[in-house]
Amino acid sequence: MKIAIASGKGGTGKTTLSTNLATFMAESANVVLTDLDVEEPNSGLFVQGELLHSEPKNKMIPHWEKENCSLCGNCQKVCNFNAILKMGDSIMVFPELCHGCYACCELCPTESLPMQPKQMGELKHFRAGDLDFVESRLMISEEQAVPLIKQTIDYVDANFPADTFKIFDAPPGTSCPVIEATKDADLVLLITEPTPFGLHDLKLAVETVRQLGKPFGVVLNRHGIGDDKVPAYCAAEGIPLVACIPNSRKIAETYAAGQLLYRDIPEVKAAVETVAAFIRDHNGGESS
Amino acid sequence: MKLIFTTKGTDWDSPMDPRFGRTEFFFVYDEETSAVETYDNRAIEGEAHGAGPKTAQKLAEFGAQILITGNGPGGNAATVLQTTGTEVHVGAGDMTVKEAYEAYQNGTLKKMQGA
Repeated sequence: MKIAIASGKGGTGKTTLSTNLATFMAESANVVLTDLDVEEPNSGLFVQGELLHSEPKNKMIPHWEKENCSLCGNCQKVCNFNAILKMGDSIMVFPELCHGCYACCELCPTESLPMQPKQMGELKHFRAGDLDFVESRLMISEEQAVPLIKQTIDYVDANFPADTFKIFDAPPGTSCPVIEATKDADLVLLITEPTPFGLHDLKLAVETVRQLGKPFGVVLNRHGIGDDKVPAYCAAEGIPLVACIPNSRKIAETYAAGQLLYRDIPEVKAAVETVAAFIRDHNGGESS
Repeated sequence: MKLIFTTKGTDWDSPMDPRFGRTEFFFVYDEETSAVETYDNRAIEGEAHGAGPKTAQKLAEFGAQILITGNGPGGNAATVLQTTGTEVHVGAGDMTVKEAYEAYQNGTLKKMQGA
């Protein structure tokens, strides 16, 4: 079962929930936590383990071979991203703009644009106690998170059976990387905070997951600050408000020390237990 | 010398556009003939990616030796401009086209290295 933890607004507690929930569930089930926020992965700050495997992740970009090129300019016509341009009598490729769609390569009449691998990031697989942890990290200057997110999910699919609880710590926002990280999920948890920003971006996130047709629930973090508009919105929209994590100095201090919360803070333990039960309910009550 | 300005309008009193890739217009001035030519680049707003190199490619068609702009082109656009040997002068983003031209003549604009 795949569970994506997303948020709309950044900094609302995706990683807090992901790491605590995954570690807690791993005490009694097979769980893999995957950090899909490849532009700034941070689950690894809270989940340390033994490195089992690492591999470079490549994307494919065209390489211009000028010998047979007729300079017809078809490549720049078919590129939606301005990643390939004809300048005078040469063809320029901009690897960071390239989405690796193969259009220029496939449609080149002289086969002058073979695709070649270019490293965009690195995947690492750790074992932390009972928990498997996978993270990918985009290299500096790479602009596109989506291909790396996709390949990371493929790795998890290939290495863990379907009955594993696969928890995905998604990137923030509602744009392409979030879609990639949530589109295969069986259940999405949206975590937010009870502030006007939190509510505004929650609404965008709700719109997104509804379009994807995913079952979802909301977790409210830093409960006690702000106002009551998030619970009111959830009630009005018929969205399950699964659990609340209180605002507390103890939580902030423990988080800042890079430690998991649920073992020391009963309110957090209660929240992750409730969320775990919600997940199991959506899994037809089966536990792996 | 032929100069090209990134602008928000089509005459000498128009404000400069500080952006390169997403500039609204080019204002092209030929010092020898005093001829002015403008190009409406606003369709670039529809491009989600790669506005810089695309605009640089368009710019090359005008055959100007000097580019006068505001913030300066990004890496991809600069790579394109290198192939055409265009000299890039930046820091004119808050001026009118006329002021930018005067500043260029007075040597008070900053010349971008390696572009």
